[in-house]
Amino acid sequence: MVLELKNVSKFYGKTAALNKVSLTFEKGKIYGLLGPNGSGKSTSLKLMTGLVFPDEGAVKLNGTLVTRKTSEKVAYLTELDMFYDVFTVQETIDYVASQFADFNKEKALQLLQELKLDPTKKVRSLSKGNRGRLKLVTTLSRNAEAILLDEPFSGLDPMVRDSIVQSLLKYLDFDHQVLIIATHEINEIESLLDEAVAIQYGKVIGQEKVESLREERGLSVLQWFKQLSSKYGEGEI
Amino acid sequence: MGEEFQASKPIYMQIVDKIISEIVQGKRRPGDKLPSVREMAVNMGVNPNTIQRTYTELERLKLVESRRGQGTFVAANEEVMEELGTEMQEEIIELFIQKMEEIGVSKDQLIGMLQRYLGEGR
Repeated sequence: MVLELKNVSKFYGKTAALNKVSLTFEKGKIYGLLGPNGSGKSTSLKLMTGLVFPDEGAVKLNGTLVTRKTSEKVAYLTELDMFYDVFTVQETIDYVASQFADFNKEKALQLLQELKLDPTKKVRSLSKGNRGRLKLVTTLSRNAEAILLDEPFSGLDPMVRDSIVQSLLKYLDFDHQVLIIATHEINEIESLLDEAVAIQYGKVIGQEKVESLREERGLSVLQWFKQLSSKYGEGEI
Repeated sequence: MGEEFQASKPIYMQIVDKIISEIVQGKRRPGDKLPSVREMAVNMGVNPNTIQRTYTELERLKLVESRRGQGTFVAANEEVMEELGTEMQEEIIELFIQKMEEIGVSKDQLIGMLQRYLGEGR
């Protein structure tokens, strides 16, 4: 499994959301796509799952150009709220299962139990934390080759975050899947990552292996990101 | 979870230190099985590849041994264990003395203070 962006640019109107970005993601690894709001993280994920298409360059999954059908193979958790309020938790699971052939209902049930979600509850009545958990359940229950998470922790308290992190680690299939997490909450996910990609103003300003950063430069991902960010923020881009 | 890591040291080494300290303290005894890589990763909230490196390093230090198909076990290696204990004690003493020197406590003062402290403490 390889996901790649080759020299990709994406414009919204005249603004470049991504500007000549090249990245490669391989199975068995966890990547962090890190950057402030509006840096191009979400656009990158949407390109990888075939929700938007590049104006320049190419996005490929296993060597094949990404199309709208790529969402069969790529599980994507949007930062937006994506559920029908009138459904119960169980109905939500059934609905998502009906949309994706690779949905694993057993895994979903296990995850519901572990994250203490009541299947009979209406989505409308769920707390924010439980909505966040349910989003994760629907995404992680797919036997997809790639799992893309857009701000999975946003607005969730540390307890919920921990439970989500643990489920990720427990249920990710490292032999077949790649996990890409887009977030601006760098500290929260640093220990999860194999590699960190720093994005700012639609450009990749750095890419490093997390442990090498510490071993060779004595930097945490957050420190590294701040250095890069100040370098690129003040100079020309 | 809730494991916090320092910024300057590789995470896998911090977990190596943690496990060594557990062995020295006797919380993990020779022959004990370590959790699987995945279990340990979930417990610590870190990437499994990081734990894999931790286990490889522990094996290199001859502190654990992996048995095919069974898992990873704390090694029964008394010599190494003793050495580790001594090493750890020395490290702590060194750090302590260094800090005391930094705030201007002389060696004689330090010994006196320690004796007084221990005398009162027990």
